[in-house]
Amino acid sequence: MASAKTPKPDELIAIRYAPPETPWMETPTVFRPGTWSYSGGAKSLTALGLPNPRAWQPSDADWKLPENWKEIILEGMRERLEKYRSFRLFMELCVRCGACADKCHFYIGSGDPKNMPVLRAELLRSVYRRYFTASGKRFGKLAGARDLTIDVLKEWFYYFYQCTECRRCSVFCPYGIDQAEITMMGRELLNLVGCNINWVMEPVANCFRTGNHLGIQPGGVKDMLEFMADDIADRTGVRVELPLNKKGADILFVTPSGDYFADPGTYTCMGYMMLFHEIGLNYTFSTYASDGGNFGLFTSHEMIKRLNAKIYAEAKRLGVKWILGGECGHMWRVLHQYMETMNGPADFLEEPVSPITGTRFENARSTKMVHIAEFTADLIRNGKLKLDPSRNDAYRVTFHDSCNPARAMGLFEEPRYIIQHACNHFHEMAEDTIREKTLCCGGGAGLGNDENMEMRMRGGMPRAMAVKQVKEKHGVNRLACMCAIDRATLTSLMDYWVPGVTVTGVHELLANALVMKGEKERTTDLRGEPLEGKAADETL
Amino acid sequence: MIGQHLEISVLAILILTLSALGIAFTPLSFLLMVILPYAAFVIFIGGFIYRVVKWAKAPVPFRITTTCGQQSSLPWIKSAPLESPSTVWGVIGRMALEVFLFRSLFRNTDVAIVGQRPVYGSAKWLWFFGLLFHWSMLVIVLRHLRFFIEPIAPWIKGLSAIDGFFEIGVPTLYLSDLTVLAGLTFLFLRRMAVPRLRYISLVTDYFALLLLLGIVTTGLLMKHFFPADLLHVKNLALGWVTFAPAAPKGVGTVFYIHLSFVFTLFVWFPFSKLMHMGGIFLSPTRNLANDNRMKRHLNPWNAPVKVHTYEEYEDEFREKMKLAGLPLEKE
Repeated sequence: MASAKTPKPDELIAIRYAPPETPWMETPTVFRPGTWSYSGGAKSLTALGLPNPRAWQPSDADWKLPENWKEIILEGMRERLEKYRSFRLFMELCVRCGACADKCHFYIGSGDPKNMPVLRAELLRSVYRRYFTASGKRFGKLAGARDLTIDVLKEWFYYFYQCTECRRCSVFCPYGIDQAEITMMGRELLNLVGCNINWVMEPVANCFRTGNHLGIQPGGVKDMLEFMADDIADRTGVRVELPLNKKGADILFVTPSGDYFADPGTYTCMGYMMLFHEIGLNYTFSTYASDGGNFGLFTSHEMIKRLNAKIYAEAKRLGVKWILGGECGHMWRVLHQYMETMNGPADFLEEPVSPITGTRFENARSTKMVHIAEFTADLIRNGKLKLDPSRNDAYRVTFHDSCNPARAMGLFEEPRYIIQHACNHFHEMAEDTIREKTLCCGGGAGLGNDENMEMRMRGGMPRAMAVKQVKEKHGVNRLACMCAIDRATLTSLMDYWVPGVTVTGVHELLANALVMKGEKERTTDLRGEPLEGKAADETL
Repeated sequence: MIGQHLEISVLAILILTLSALGIAFTPLSFLLMVILPYAAFVIFIGGFIYRVVKWAKAPVPFRITTTCGQQSSLPWIKSAPLESPSTVWGVIGRMALEVFLFRSLFRNTDVAIVGQRPVYGSAKWLWFFGLLFHWSMLVIVLRHLRFFIEPIAPWIKGLSAIDGFFEIGVPTLYLSDLTVLAGLTFLFLRRMAVPRLRYISLVTDYFALLLLLGIVTTGLLMKHFFPADLLHVKNLALGWVTFAPAAPKGVGTVFYIHLSFVFTLFVWFPFSKLMHMGGIFLSPTRNLANDNRMKRHLNPWNAPVKVHTYEEYEDEFREKMKLAGLPLEKE
């Protein structure tokens, strides 16, 4: 399979919002290269005990489904309609007012009507009506119902893997219908017959076995952190400690594995380590709970629980008081909205109190897990950190609200507070593109793979264009975010749409500005790039 | 097929109208005036309750609030109690804003590619006409209670007086009659004129609007062009509520059509998308507090799953962990 060539930006931006001539039920799904993801590998499925492991690709005519695939799907629907009020309601409540239609970044970027959340949902609703409602059984197409066929299943696959579960549509829906929930159900159903994508399934299999999506084994985690500690020593002259699997630590720190694997996430991770060293936090990383990220969210509710269980288990084993979580998007949806329900109660932990400021994190009193932005904002507020924002003067920063912290947590002010104390130049993007209306990076929910590049660039276009606007207006050259997927996907997105803008985590900016005890005079930032002013001074 | 959805809806309305006319001039009118009202009412109430109970009985395994504002976290950070409520009162406020003012729809924007860039414009028309229609409909329904209550309650009189404040024409033209017509007409034209809406519209979408338009139009016709004898109408309505229904004479053909439409609406309502009226209250992204980390939410069917325990992990990686100098549970 040759990788598809992504069209040039000026070709890609020529988007038409006119629907095709043929009604949507009669418009066939074309698996155009560049707009879909490769199938989940049989090895991963087998390792996880998931159904129908086999060699296949979505572009094949024969998907090698089990003979009774239809019964499996319909039974799966029936079961989920009984288990989830959300699913039943969202199948029945929609009035097709169309308010959600042009809120989806994939629709804005592709013009494909089946990317309107309402129509993406109708793909599933039409089958629901046909088999679960009297009018659908009797009147068929007139009632918006249709038979479940192989083509319908393929259409589901194509479009449920063209949704990043970002929940933007649910902000605008007058009934709060959440396409993320419908996509999650759609993907669960597809998983029942073994239709999933490798960029989700391989990380899930890795995560189940090694504790992190990248499949890094215990020694590897240690090596990477040591490597970062060396870099920190090199830039700052301070050697930070490296607590790993340490019993008796006060706090277990869990972050997405992207943070210790690849740039620019590693700089953010260095930021955490510098911060914890500076405040003398008694904490530990864990190799077993080495990823807070949870691609189970992009697979099934059962898989969320299977991958998430390690976090409380490890906190219990190590005997920590509470848990602190790093910068990640979907990870925080799981931690905030699913973890304690699934794997709680967390009654063996203490209500989180900052050992530095004494602040009690009331909002995390039950789950006992605090977001690093909450933790750090509290440190700054209480004057516990010495910050020199001029060290970030080379950067004109804007902030991308990641979908899940925005719309599944409401974490808006904490990161902004940190950025504003760590940088002198901060510029918000347009109001319609930030906070609860934030636009997705285009590569969330497991879609951030290379074979899906055209769709990622399309889906990320609205975000990129908002960045482009502040770049032109304010000279923005740094895009800050609090999500490991963002740090990877926004980088490609910026290279494609807005060259010259680099992506950074919030704690990278903080660590640049952090004045540490015993540090040498800093001449570079964490990336080794000369600080503004310093390079010029040297040439004088 | 796209056109067909509209055509079939129009056809359905025509058939309804003709049936009503057929009934009006035959002894079947007894059915319409005496039997159907009860049947329609029972189906409406029963169906409505059935649907809501069915939704309510489905568990809410996870607290999946959609947050549209700052969470309640550190005391010095101003939270958004109505957009991201962490208390019951906040949730009630948020729901009230949704139900009475269509808060979420008020956010509506539209998008166009201008100069190779998406530009978001304000698009409040849907919100405005949607709200206009719903409130007008409520006022009209309440005004109609005058037919069922004797003596007419003062608040109904008051409402009617306000509604007819401008005293245009004789009999007075009610403001709500105009606004409901405006709202419905907008919603109908929008559905027909906007290509992507036409693309997603089903028979039921057009039918709902046409049926309501039919009810409003026949109502207006009766009031201003083919006056029905209101005394007869009131006696009929009072007959229903006192369980002594009698088919009246001389209420006019239009009244029969009006009534047929209304009963159709009653019977169809619980099985249609109009049930969003009940469903909105149950929507888990709106009616749950964003207090996920403050209070544990219980999933009634939370079942054990296969996990990878630390023991299994250490068993697999013990040698490597030893090599890396990591602490072990078992040497």
